[in-house]
Order: sequence, then structure tokens, then C-alpha cells
Amino acid sequence: MMPSDETPLLELQDLTKTFGTGETATQVLKGLNLTLQKGGMIALLGASGSGKSTLLNILGTLLRPTSGGFTMLGQNLFTANDATLTDFRNRHIGFVFQLHNLLPDFTALENVIFPSAVRDGVERPAARRRGAELLDIVGLSDRINFRATKLSGGQKQRVAVARALMNNPDLILADEPTGNLDSKSAQQVMDLITRVNKSENTAFLISTHDEDIAAQCTSRIEIRDGRIS
Amino acid sequence: MRYGLKVALRHLTSNLSQTGLLVFGVAVAVFIFIFMSALIGGLADLMVNRTLGGLAHVTIKVEDKALPLLKTDSEARVLVARQKSTRDTTGIQDAMPLLPVIDQVPGVAVSSAQITGGAVLIRGERVRQVSVTGLAPDRVTAIIPFERYLHTGRLSLEGDGILIGAILANDMNLSVESPVTLRTDQGNTAILRVSGIFSSGVGQLDTASAYLDIRTARNLFDMPNAVSRIELKLTDLYDAETVAARIVATTGLDAEPWTATAQQLYEGLRAQSDTGLILKSFALLTIVIGVASSLMLTTYRRRPEIGIMRAMGASQNFILFVFVSQGAIIGLFGGLIGAGLGVAILTPLTPIGEVRSGQLPIDVAQGSIGLAIALTMIGATLAAILPARAASRIDPVEAIGQ
Repeated sequence: MMPSDETPLLELQDLTKTFGTGETATQVLKGLNLTLQKGGMIALLGASGSGKSTLLNILGTLLRPTSGGFTMLGQNLFTANDATLTDFRNRHIGFVFQLHNLLPDFTALENVIFPSAVRDGVERPAARRRGAELLDIVGLSDRINFRATKLSGGQKQRVAVARALMNNPDLILADEPTGNLDSKSAQQVMDLITRVNKSENTAFLISTHDEDIAAQCTSRIEIRDGRIS
Repeated sequence: MRYGLKVALRHLTSNLSQTGLLVFGVAVAVFIFIFMSALIGGLADLMVNRTLGGLAHVTIKVEDKALPLLKTDSEARVLVARQKSTRDTTGIQDAMPLLPVIDQVPGVAVSSAQITGGAVLIRGERVRQVSVTGLAPDRVTAIIPFERYLHTGRLSLEGDGILIGAILANDMNLSVESPVTLRTDQGNTAILRVSGIFSSGVGQLDTASAYLDIRTARNLFDMPNAVSRIELKLTDLYDAETVAARIVATTGLDAEPWTATAQQLYEGLRAQSDTGLILKSFALLTIVIGVASSLMLTTYRRRPEIGIMRAMGASQNFILFVFVSQGAIIGLFGGLIGAGLGVAILTPLTPIGEVRSGQLPIDVAQGSIGLAIALTMIGATLAAILPARAASRIDPVEAIGQ
């Protein structure tokens, strides 16, 4: 089914996630219901251990839910196999992690075009052009051929945002994207996210502890004890 | 998959000292493999061609035949007790037309029809018993490498030429062009001229053997049509039993492989070859273990990166390909460098023909260089599969450590 403009970005129905089995089983998500529309910029708040990261990993199709409904762009991802999820992730989802974000042996440009190259099996010239444009948008056009290890923390996060945008995803999941940055770099990254969200109409779901960051988002979701409150 | 190769190469070049060390280790193992192959092959050549002088790989002869009995007119029965002769007197009849047929048998490198017999050499007061072999003048060096052994004179046997060993020549005070009388067991005599003197280092050849033109030998040993035996050299000496069987099937003659006449040498060579095989297997095992353990470590060290790649949409097969390629690339370069080392180090060594005692008889041509490279690539690729599978199954959530 082709997603129409009215199709919500994602829908969760009574979603649960349990780690372990038997006596040691721990239920982290206890029945979430959530619908997100395209193009939003949503802050995901919650204390440590509330289930924030687990939810983010499930939405990123890196982790499978235990039960419930999970649909994105009209596609049922609860039953999909690994190959389908990998392809879906590549085309529709971008990530910005807190740590270990870039491939250290690759340049800034090579990191940005990775999602396209791994899909096509080759680094196309068109991809290199788009990668360079994206690096320009994040203000790093003078760092295109720098190895990832030669970039500062803030620069790495901006490269990560550019990479997340590479395949024109519908949703970018950012897990504490500014958690490791000083306040100036953090604000640069947030400004960039806000700008991209408006210009590209890409939805962002930003997991954070920081009220300042949450305040810059258009809406917020709070998780408490495995439930949306 | 071009992109997968790029990622693999980037991983390998990002830590050049580690990759260099690993490739060097593989190259050393490949060098040992080639060295062992060249040494075992060279040793076998040396033992066969030198220790035993001119040993034929296959000898064709006929069994001694019982003489026909005189026919009895009466109906009486005749009982005969006959002792088997120790010499084949009849020889192979009409052998010359057979030679082109034998030369065509697969595996045969060269054939040499020979007439053999006992005789004495006489010069003045000195008389020496010799075993005489008549050879075709154009195939003098077919079986025994006289070209290597020749001391003085020429190898030409045309007409009255005779080739004798150095110890015999010294003993009888003969030099090149000296005349000498040869009297066969049959009582025929000829005056011959020494055309060449050889020194093979093999006692029997140097002290009591004489070689002459097969046409001269025909008259001296009363064998106008027959030859005593046909000796063969093969392209592969370990093929002797198969080729002998083919010759028996083709000609109906009795063909004996050298493995039957020189059982001990054969067993020695086999043991040597088996030892080489074990050592070569260990060299390959070293490659497999080295590559596998190194890639295991790499996989572990790159867990976060593998997690990121998976999150960016790299499939499990892509990760598998990246790490298996690394094994294959290490195998390819290690194999090529090891082969280059082998050729560079082993080629200048003394050729087999000139090896003195204390030197290693190494024949680079028998170094199995192509096989070494191919086996190394296969071994390194297989060694990479286990780490690569582990890498492809890494859970991205755990690896990224969120």
C-alpha cells in the first residue's frame, strides 16, 4: 500500500517490550498507544530507565517489540523480517546517536553518503553531490574530506545530522544528540535540527533530559514507568 | 558489492601496521609452503637422478622363454625338469617398430632401446669384466644424464665409439681416443675407440660399465633383430605404476616400474613427500588460525561501527561480505608476497645438478607457487567466515551502547 499524505507517520497500539524470560523477565514498555503525524518535532522526555531508549530503538526497527501493533507509513513492521526492516530503516529512518556516531576510518563526506552507498552498492556521483550539499547545510563544507576522528564533538554531531538526512527519511530519531556537547555546540545542533525540520519537512523525535531542548520542539511525549503520561 | 570492498579495504588500511604484520605472517607461511614443496621435489630429483644414477622410471622386457622341446613321434609322455635361466636370452623381438607406439603412451617422456650383455675389456695385459649397454646414438643421454657426468671426450658413440667410467679408464690407463679390445661372453671381439670418459659418482657405473652404439652391440651380442630391454623416462616419476600398466595393455610386453625394482627408494621418497605434506598443512593451518584470530579481534574492536552500519541500513550480508573480503584480501596479498619471496630467495640457489653435499637441493619449479597462492586465498577466506558471521549477527542496539 502506497502511503498517502493522510497516512500517519507511525502508529503504536498497546505496544509492550519485555526483556528476559521467566523469573528475570522485566517489562520495560507496558502498553504504549501513540500516533505521530509527518513533519513534527517532538521531544521524548523521561527519567533514566523509563523506557525512552527502548522505545527509540523499537521505532528505529533495531529492536523488536514483544506485543502490540507497530505500523509506520502504513507498513506493518511488527511481523517484518530482518531484511525488510533493514531496507525500511535505510529508506525511511535516520539516526543521530549520542556516542559512537561516525565511522572513524571514513571522511565526513563518506560518512554522510554511507546510507546511500550501502543501498546502491556503490558511491554514485549524485550521492557525492548531495552529501556535499548536506555538509554545506550543516556548515561543514570546509571539512568535507576530514577524517571523522579529526572532527570536534559538535562537528561530528552535525555530520551525523547530515548523514541522517542523506536518504530523505521521513523520521529522524535523535537519542540525546546534544548530551555530550558544550552548550554552544548543543545550540548549533538544535538550530540545525529546527531548520531542517522546517525546510525538509522531516519529522524529528528527540530523546532528551534537557528542558531547554524540549522547549524548542513543537510537541512533547513523556514516558514514566513504561507508559506515556 | 564494490562498496563492500571499499569498506573492507578501508578497514585494512586504517591500521597499516596491524594489517602489514598479518600479511607478513601469511607471506612467511606461504614462503615455507613453497620452500617445502621446492625442497621435497628437489630432494626426490636428487635421490633419483643422482644417488641411483640413471634409473629408468619404467623398464620393458620379456620374460625368459622356455626352449621348445623336440617333438616325439611316439605317444610316450615326456617329463622335463628345467631350471629357469637367469638371463633373458631372447630379448624383445622386432622392437624398433614398437618404439614410436611406446613414445605415444601418455606419461612417457622418452624411450631408449638397449642391448645389454657381459664382456671383458682388454688392453695389453689388463683385462676387466664390464657390463655393456648398446644405446641408440641419438638417445645416449635419454636415461643416464651423461651430459652432466662427462669428464673428457665426447658423447658420440657412432660406429666404434665406447663410453667408459673414469675409475675403469684410470685402472686400464685408457684416455680419449685410446683403442681397446672388447670380447663378449658369446666370444665375439671388436676393437673400439674410447670416445668419452664419464664420472657419475656411482660405483658400478664408474668401475665396470661400458656404453657403445646399439648397432655395434647387435653384432657383438648376436642380436640382429631383438633388443634386451626398453627403458623409459616419464614426465612424472610417481606415475610409473600407471604408465607401466598402460604399456602392458598396449604392447603385451612386461613393463616394470621403478617402484618395484627400487622399493626402498620409493618408500623413502613417499615418506619424504608425506613429511612435506604434513609440514605444508601446518603452514596452511597457521594461516587459517592467524587470519581467524586477527579478524576475531578486529570484529570485536569494530562492534560500535558495525552497529552504526546496521542502523544506517547495512544488511547482515553486507557486513558478512565486508569481513570475508578482508580475509580474502589478506590471503591474496600474503600469497603474492610469499610467492615473490619464494622466487626471489630460492631462484638464486644452486641448481639441482650442481648441488654439493651440505647444500639443499631446491627446485623452485617444483615450488607449487600457484597452488600456494590459491590455497592461501581459500584458507584465509574460509578463516574469515566465522568472525564475519559473528560480526553480521552483532545486535546493533548493544553495539551502539545506547
